[in-house]
Amino acid sequence: MSLSLEVMLQMCIVLPLLATIPIALTGHKPNLREAVSIGMGLVVLYCVIKLYHGISQGENINVFWWELMPGLKISFSIEPLGILFALLTSFLWIITTIYSIGYMRCHHEKNQTRFYSYFSVAIGTVMGVAFAANLFTLFIFYELLTLSTYPLVSHSGTENAKKAGRIYLGLLLSTSIVFFLLAIICTWLVAGTLDFTVGGVFDPSVNKLLAGGVLVLFIFGIGKAAIMPFHLWLPAAMVAPTPVSALLHAVAVVKAGVFAVLKVCVLIFGLDLLAILPSTQFLLYIVGLTVFIASIIAMRQDNLKARLAYSTISQLGYVTIGALIATSSGVIGSAMHIVMHAFGKITLFFCAGAILVTTQKSNVSEMHGLGKQMPLTMAAFFIASLSIIGVPPTGGSWSKWYLLLGTVESEQFILMIVLLFSSLMNIAYLLPIPFNAFFSHSLSHQQLDSRNTLSTFQFKEAPPAVLIAIGITTVSCLLLFIYPQPIFDLARSILEP
Amino acid sequence: MLMGLFNYWIVVVLMMIGLYIVIAHGNLIKKIVGLTIFQTSVFIFYISMAKVDGGTAPILMANVSQYANPLPHVLILTAIVVGIATTALALALTIRIKEAYNSIEEESIQQQNKKQASVRDELDPRNDPY
Amino acid sequence: MLAHLPILQVIVPLIGAPVCVLLSRARLVWLFALIVSGLSFIVSALLLQQVLMSGTVIYELGGWDAPWGIEYRIDKLNGFLLLIISAMSTLVLFAAQTSINKEIPAEKHTHFYILYLLSLTGMLGVVVTGDAFNVFVFLEISSLSSYALIALGKDRRALWAAYQYLILGTIGATFILIGIGLMYQMTGTLNMADLAARLPEVAQTKTVFTAFAFVITGICLKLALFPLHLWLPNAYTYAPSIVTAFLAATATKVAFYLLIRFTYSVFGGSFSFTTLPLQFLFMTLGLLGIFVGSIAAIYQTNVKQIFAYSSIAQIGYMVIGFSISSVTGLTAALLHIFNHALMKGALFLALGAVMYRIGSVQINQFQGLGQQMPLTMAAILVAGLSLIGMPLTVGFVSKWYLLSALIEKGWWPVALLILIGSLLTLVYVWKIVEIAYFKPSLSTNSTVIEAPLAFLIPIWLLVIANIYFGVDTRLSVEVAHAASESLLQAQGQVRP
Repeated sequence: MSLSLEVMLQMCIVLPLLATIPIALTGHKPNLREAVSIGMGLVVLYCVIKLYHGISQGENINVFWWELMPGLKISFSIEPLGILFALLTSFLWIITTIYSIGYMRCHHEKNQTRFYSYFSVAIGTVMGVAFAANLFTLFIFYELLTLSTYPLVSHSGTENAKKAGRIYLGLLLSTSIVFFLLAIICTWLVAGTLDFTVGGVFDPSVNKLLAGGVLVLFIFGIGKAAIMPFHLWLPAAMVAPTPVSALLHAVAVVKAGVFAVLKVCVLIFGLDLLAILPSTQFLLYIVGLTVFIASIIAMRQDNLKARLAYSTISQLGYVTIGALIATSSGVIGSAMHIVMHAFGKITLFFCAGAILVTTQKSNVSEMHGLGKQMPLTMAAFFIASLSIIGVPPTGGSWSKWYLLLGTVESEQFILMIVLLFSSLMNIAYLLPIPFNAFFSHSLSHQQLDSRNTLSTFQFKEAPPAVLIAIGITTVSCLLLFIYPQPIFDLARSILEP
Repeated sequence: MLMGLFNYWIVVVLMMIGLYIVIAHGNLIKKIVGLTIFQTSVFIFYISMAKVDGGTAPILMANVSQYANPLPHVLILTAIVVGIATTALALALTIRIKEAYNSIEEESIQQQNKKQASVRDELDPRNDPY
Repeated sequence: MLAHLPILQVIVPLIGAPVCVLLSRARLVWLFALIVSGLSFIVSALLLQQVLMSGTVIYELGGWDAPWGIEYRIDKLNGFLLLIISAMSTLVLFAAQTSINKEIPAEKHTHFYILYLLSLTGMLGVVVTGDAFNVFVFLEISSLSSYALIALGKDRRALWAAYQYLILGTIGATFILIGIGLMYQMTGTLNMADLAARLPEVAQTKTVFTAFAFVITGICLKLALFPLHLWLPNAYTYAPSIVTAFLAATATKVAFYLLIRFTYSVFGGSFSFTTLPLQFLFMTLGLLGIFVGSIAAIYQTNVKQIFAYSSIAQIGYMVIGFSISSVTGLTAALLHIFNHALMKGALFLALGAVMYRIGSVQINQFQGLGQQMPLTMAAILVAGLSLIGMPLTVGFVSKWYLLSALIEKGWWPVALLILIGSLLTLVYVWKIVEIAYFKPSLSTNSTVIEAPLAFLIPIWLLVIANIYFGVDTRLSVEVAHAASESLLQAQGQVRP
């Protein structure tokens, strides 16, 4: 292969978008269609890995497409955070596609071709977000991501799904049109550039009040980061098929949000400026409150996917806190948490989907005693929960360590307490699920017994494709504890020019 | 002073009469009459503006050196043509309205429109109201 | 030949109109009208090129020198407008024959094309001329023919809408006439360039103030600026689909051109914006227009009416850009003229296609059309996204400039209100999208199929233009920027 790295970068973005054509054409042959999806995923992953090698050898990779308006360019470049995000998404895309094969067929979903097409488009736009060289390009792909995932959320077309789609689109577009766009225009007019630059683009002598206001606009404008009160789209989006919830609403979409927040904080404002802005503290408390409230709400959810959704909201808050406390440990912790949380949460969603297709159960209260029926799934659930909580031997412990370190360094003790409290809450709302599955009896046991069905006690696991996917992500959670070095290195080099 | 500007007073009074009729009367023909008066007042405004003290009609003659300004006259000829076209079109529309609604009273027409709208809505069973 | 382009711009459709009578068959008339409109388009393209290459083109009608004779004067501003109008007219005409077959009785087809070409003549004339009285004459040519065009609508309410439009339009035109008369009285000239030179001497007289007030009010009536918009929704709703598409894409643009021409070129920016609280007035009216128009649009059940009210809101955006009176603001307004023509042209043509297939544009009739008329609905979706202002569409470009202009001036609240206004657009566009894509079709519409090519070609040309000019903004932004710069420079008040 003698393709230049520039070409590879563009392939990462364009290939998934183009993949819709073969996917749509092969719609009548499901096997071929899914082979195309996975094949495309492998090519993209290969390209991203090549790019990763490229930048670890210190190469500069820049691609310029065209100038939309004077000074506003659509261009791409590679920096450590972007490559981290791209690696994560492209890897998990393949896993999720494997998972979808099992899930979608087992669940007899309609319009599967449409599903795979839009899925592929969504991944293309995520790649665009990851590699954007300036805020303007990022904004364009961010909006495209919203639009391309809308059909996935409303996939089933039921009244409920439509309503959820309306909330999803409404909230994400409102925040991005009203706040995000305004913030970008202000940045453009004040700083004169939108290019991501290490150390920020603002002049140190910039009006602090104005810059603070712009920061508020950014943090609320990036609705995908799900800061309260603009978080409601995420629980609403849970009506989507589970693979969508798993990849998009635990990884791609929400991570695109916090990724954008992190980029804005580090590469538009710069940590030095961020630390002295008057609004930073205010935002930190808002985010802290989000973490706190979301954890409490998660406790009270009986629907497993809803519980996971609120858990995601609180975990996204961690990343935003790490970015806003403006210390290097915080940024490293945030970047690592993007990865660690992704593996943990996608496993949890995979498990929720596996339970749904195998037993048609979606509520936590119905899952007592399920461990006997689905031991593998429940074991995976347990390990992934540990990663979310941040307990060794799982990857989640590393990111949490750095985040806590960051709060201590910057003397944000209230936030430290919030993070610790939230970890306790994680234990309270996640661990009982596997425990009850293994150690308590099915509540509906009596009922089922009377109907002469003993299915709850029989071993009946999810389809093999689903189990393979769960297995890979679970093992990854464990491996990330042992080998966090590459991710740590990438995270550390974000702040280096 | 006031007398010197009497032509403007006439213009303003006519204009207001015309506008008032257009707004206040519900009869479509009367509205057109009002509109015509309104337009005519502007014609008078232009024509009287062209008058030059001591000037005669703008026709070249020996031993006359002062003429009224002919340009506004020419302009207003055009405007009169436009006015006639407007009136003609308005009358034609009124005839069509009379045929369609069997009335040339604004109130009755609007009532019928409202009824038409609500009938249309009833025929459209909107099973999913927004 | 090239030297006579300015007069050709007007004379081609003007001669074309009566010739239509001689052609007996409707199809032939359509082809002829299409060719005439196409020729106008070529003329305007050549003219714009000439203007961009060698500056303002001046043409003296009949060889009479400027202050006495009528002068046609084409600079970047009206060159740009001419191109928009003739291009939109040609694209809309393309679908005309198919559409009016269903909406207008056959014996009136020839009349339709005559009126259409006359209306086109009037609009082009208003834009091309450099003489204030000539503006009035051409304005009435275009208005009278558009009243008649609207009256051709199938629904009897079209007659009532046309009558209302006639009354208000005539009052507006007469106001303009009064204003022009007062200006003539003070300066003794009707030539715009001449007026611009002589008005400053008498700028502080009450007569000039009165003239200004009459002219602006008259223009705002034609422009349908809130609260003078009452004629517009019904006129657009009940007119034949083709007429709506044509008028929505061109008529208000012409009025908006006049607003710019009179305030900046004739009266001069410093007079217009310093001696009167014009800025505040137009800003307020523009914002009110945006909100009233958008909210009214949300509650309509007739899709044509939804987009008619949306036009009122969009006029609000243009007027706000205009009222900022900076280069960026004016650029935004001019860009939005162009962009809005593209969006509304596509939308109303697509509605014409729906009307052609279904015979109604009530919103519940749109159920399931996403599957049955995929190309038409996709066009509505893309043009709708453009209306909302999504990136990579033209709507985004003009919104970007408008917001930049507002923030340059530090008018944050207005910028925020405009953004919230564009969310309202999202509401009514999505209402249509959801019904079209997520509802099973009505049993009565089960046999409906995709619109014919006569519709699809112009619709998709416009949709592609919506995207193309949203991505490659060089042409539109450059022309708009140059035009607004020269308008403000003429007043020596270019502000950074």
